[in-house]
Amino acid sequence: MNKLTRFDWNSLTVYLLLCTIGLINIYSIGYDIDSNTMSYFNFNKQLFAFAISILLITVIQFLDTKILERYASIFYLFGIFTLITVAVFGTEVSGSKSWFRLGSFNIQPSEFMKIFVTIAIAKILCDINTKIRRFKDLFFCFIILLAPVILIMFQPDAGSAIIFLFLIIVFHSEGMPSFVLLSIVISILIFLLIIIFGEIITVATIIFISIISIIIQQKKEVKNILNSLFLAIVSILYSLSVNFIFNNVFEQRHRDRFNILLGKEIDSQGLGYNINQSQIAIGSGRFSGKGFMQGTQTKGGFVPEQQTDYIFTTIGEEWGFIGSSLVLILFVFLIQRIIKTAYKQKNSFNRVFCLGFACILFAHIFINLGMVVGLVPTIGIPLPFISYGGSSLIAFSIFLGIFLRMEFERTN
Amino acid sequence: MRKSFLPVLVYLVGFIILIRLINLQIFSKKYDKLSIKNSVLKQNIYPERGFIFDRNGKLLVSNQPMYDLMVIPNSLKSFDTTELSNLTGMEMEKIYENLIRAKKYSIRAPSVLINQIPKNKYAGLQEKMWKFPGMYIQRRSARYYETNIASNILGYISEVNNSDIKNDSYYEKGELIGRQGVEKTYEKILRGKKGVKYLQRDKFSRIIGPYKNGELDTLPVKSNNVTISVDMELQEYGSMLLKNKRGGVLAIEPESGEILLSISSPAYNPNLLVGRQRSENFKSLKADTLNNILFDRSLQGQYAPGSPFKVLNALIGLEEGVISENDKFLCNKGHFYGNNQFMECRCPVGSMNNLNSAIHKSCNTYFSNIYQKIINNSNDATYGTNRWSSHLKSFGLGNYLGYDHPVGQPGFIPDGNFYNLWYPNQKWSGSTIVSNSIGQGEVLVTPIQLANIAAIIGNKGYYYKPHFIKAIDNYDIDLKFSTKNFTTISSKNFIPIIQGMKDAVKKGTARIASIPGIDVCGKTGTIENFTKINGVKTQLTDHSMFIAFAPCEKPKIAIAVIVENGYWGGRWAAPIASLIIEKYLNKKIKRSWLEKRMVEGSLQNEYMKVVSNKPFTINE
Repeated sequence: MNKLTRFDWNSLTVYLLLCTIGLINIYSIGYDIDSNTMSYFNFNKQLFAFAISILLITVIQFLDTKILERYASIFYLFGIFTLITVAVFGTEVSGSKSWFRLGSFNIQPSEFMKIFVTIAIAKILCDINTKIRRFKDLFFCFIILLAPVILIMFQPDAGSAIIFLFLIIVFHSEGMPSFVLLSIVISILIFLLIIIFGEIITVATIIFISIISIIIQQKKEVKNILNSLFLAIVSILYSLSVNFIFNNVFEQRHRDRFNILLGKEIDSQGLGYNINQSQIAIGSGRFSGKGFMQGTQTKGGFVPEQQTDYIFTTIGEEWGFIGSSLVLILFVFLIQRIIKTAYKQKNSFNRVFCLGFACILFAHIFINLGMVVGLVPTIGIPLPFISYGGSSLIAFSIFLGIFLRMEFERTN
Repeated sequence: MRKSFLPVLVYLVGFIILIRLINLQIFSKKYDKLSIKNSVLKQNIYPERGFIFDRNGKLLVSNQPMYDLMVIPNSLKSFDTTELSNLTGMEMEKIYENLIRAKKYSIRAPSVLINQIPKNKYAGLQEKMWKFPGMYIQRRSARYYETNIASNILGYISEVNNSDIKNDSYYEKGELIGRQGVEKTYEKILRGKKGVKYLQRDKFSRIIGPYKNGELDTLPVKSNNVTISVDMELQEYGSMLLKNKRGGVLAIEPESGEILLSISSPAYNPNLLVGRQRSENFKSLKADTLNNILFDRSLQGQYAPGSPFKVLNALIGLEEGVISENDKFLCNKGHFYGNNQFMECRCPVGSMNNLNSAIHKSCNTYFSNIYQKIINNSNDATYGTNRWSSHLKSFGLGNYLGYDHPVGQPGFIPDGNFYNLWYPNQKWSGSTIVSNSIGQGEVLVTPIQLANIAAIIGNKGYYYKPHFIKAIDNYDIDLKFSTKNFTTISSKNFIPIIQGMKDAVKKGTARIASIPGIDVCGKTGTIENFTKINGVKTQLTDHSMFIAFAPCEKPKIAIAVIVENGYWGGRWAAPIASLIIEKYLNKKIKRSWLEKRMVEGSLQNEYMKVVSNKPFTINE
């Protein structure tokens, strides 16, 4: 009994709440636009996946998490293997070879790969010999991280691939030099500047900032000035290459997504339609929403991919600000709780794993919610625990199960 | 620092998204409207438009099914446009045009491809519908006029225009509104009130169910049927008599003010203004400025009243006390007046006429004299004219009568001020404006006003506002139509006038109007009139006019007839009026020779003179 009270019931409750919200809304979106009838097929499948998830979480509570550390490389290699096989034998759904077909279920290996990569990184970083400050070790970490990213990019499923990159935050947390993170952040900023304002203004800004930094440097040594100049030149070269990449390497659909989001193109029929309709759905929910099964945007099928990537629009429309802010708050609460307890972990494998879970969860919330409210370009990834999709629900449930187990081990 | 990076980032992103949600869901108002525009379809449910019956319960206006051919563009297969065009009578270009418009609207929702397909084309189209996949026929209601006359009374309906929508928020684009006649006056009763149904549609504009479970829906309110006072059989008979003649006829039941008939000739078939050909037909009717078909001569035609006006002057003379019944005036084929001017008269030299003989002989001299007495009484022409004018106005002249029909004209009754302005530097007196004595001056009246005058005389001094309405289901008729309006002439003064009009039919100018077995009181009129041909004022053949009521005691019908350019009153107007009276009171015509003469008589040659561009003679 004493042991049970130490179990993290709060996180489990939040998990169950989010899953229930997901099921309720998948049920509500059951209207099938093509046959003009209500269809509960997806709801039933999700309910089944939810049952499996509960079962798995329960089973995990009886396992020792040491197994994960011990077999980390096997998990990782298995993951890489499935990614390669899916690329060869996978079923193609709307242009992406991301799924294995198993009867009426489709399994998406990339969802599970998130767990395996997190385990692998936890394993490397907790190794007493790994010094992430060292370039060699950092490089190895990036290789481990980028291998699945590249494989997933080939499916192609850019959305899922981007998620992995958020694990870099864990590297930083575990000691990666700040300038690496800083340069990544700066490159992203420069990238956005280039797309929004064009190269002339961007380059001018870089030069301006470099001059200011040289002037305000207290020790006006030649070395410092040269450093600054070097940085400026690298930035400018990067700026110019961004433009080249954006216009020559990116596909038109990627460019469109950026351009629409940044307000450079107005397109209410094509890609902009999604963003427009999802904002209409959320915005028309007002404070208290239109009520369960009453969403006109939802019922009319105006928002695409509504059971999966855009499920938050139904929550916003039918449950209003009350519902949408509740979901947001639940997520933030859960992530913060995972981070907080992660830092309390004495076992560094467990700590890194939990932080990794938090990062991946955060990445999903950031990109998915940001996309549906129109702050982030259209990147197709599901909303954890809520979106329709068995692989995603089960993978995140396993993640949560492991987290709960680790937390249980910590407090006992 | 490293440890706080992730939590801070999570809070920051969470906060930004929260702000965005507050902005979208609480502060932004536009999304509500956008979502309604997206997905809510307002559908109106119209009650069937009410029927119109005549005073004997005969159905005049009902509804007929019309058919719209609907199209759902994405279920369309290739089809034979030529065949469709032949089947529906719609031009090919128009079909293409509508198809493009339908595709633009929605490829999955139905749009109208061909509207208002009449009943006779429907059967043929229905049979061939299998050849046109992606199309279906939708029924809608249009007006059906059970008669091909009386369009001036019944009016018509047509689609609302922007100003209708602006004036009355009830109407929406594409809806129908009563435009003229009874359809317009009793629009609200005939149309009922539409109900509204809110439907939810999907992104393909297909209907997927009620919006908000029908909470906002309203039920339609049933329309009501209207019974009008017109006797359709009589109207038809009168119309037949007026064939090939221009003019107006209006008859009133004096004891109620109900309008028994209102004929304007030439007329158009009300069914011309129904269906797809409506606007074309309307244009051509409007373009016919020669016949001026859309002009209702019985209500809008303003004419000089001519001799019938004499009886009013007699009434005023009696009321003002300037004459008595037995005062006599000498007539020598006319008389000199004022500044040595001469007014002609048909009375032989040496005639001595009292009131009675002056009326039935229609003696100009007599009325010229009494008129000057009225005006010059109390030695102030302005005052006298004002007295005279206000008596006339108590007969409902010089103003709209207040009947229940959207068209009309006030006519004109001058007063003292009018002549003061006309002759600013000149002293004027009764002799200056003596033309008014015989109804040829500045006075203008409409046939309905003339018929009302006949009704007033028959009633000995009062009238009910003439009206077309007889009964409305579930409603009462406006009280103003059952209120007596008294003239300023006392009842006793009408007795000698009635006698004079009776004698006019018996032995005077209107003998042609006498009907065996029925006492008819009447007064003929022959009205000089002018037009401008190429800017030159030209006199045309006189208008033939007649007013009458019958029987003389407790009259059942009062009537005014004007036949444009028909020459003297007894030639056309009096026979037509008397035939109508005979028809109404006896249901049978004994004088079939007269009927034949009227039906077959044509004045088209007379009307062609004006446009012939050749010199012509009048009053032949």
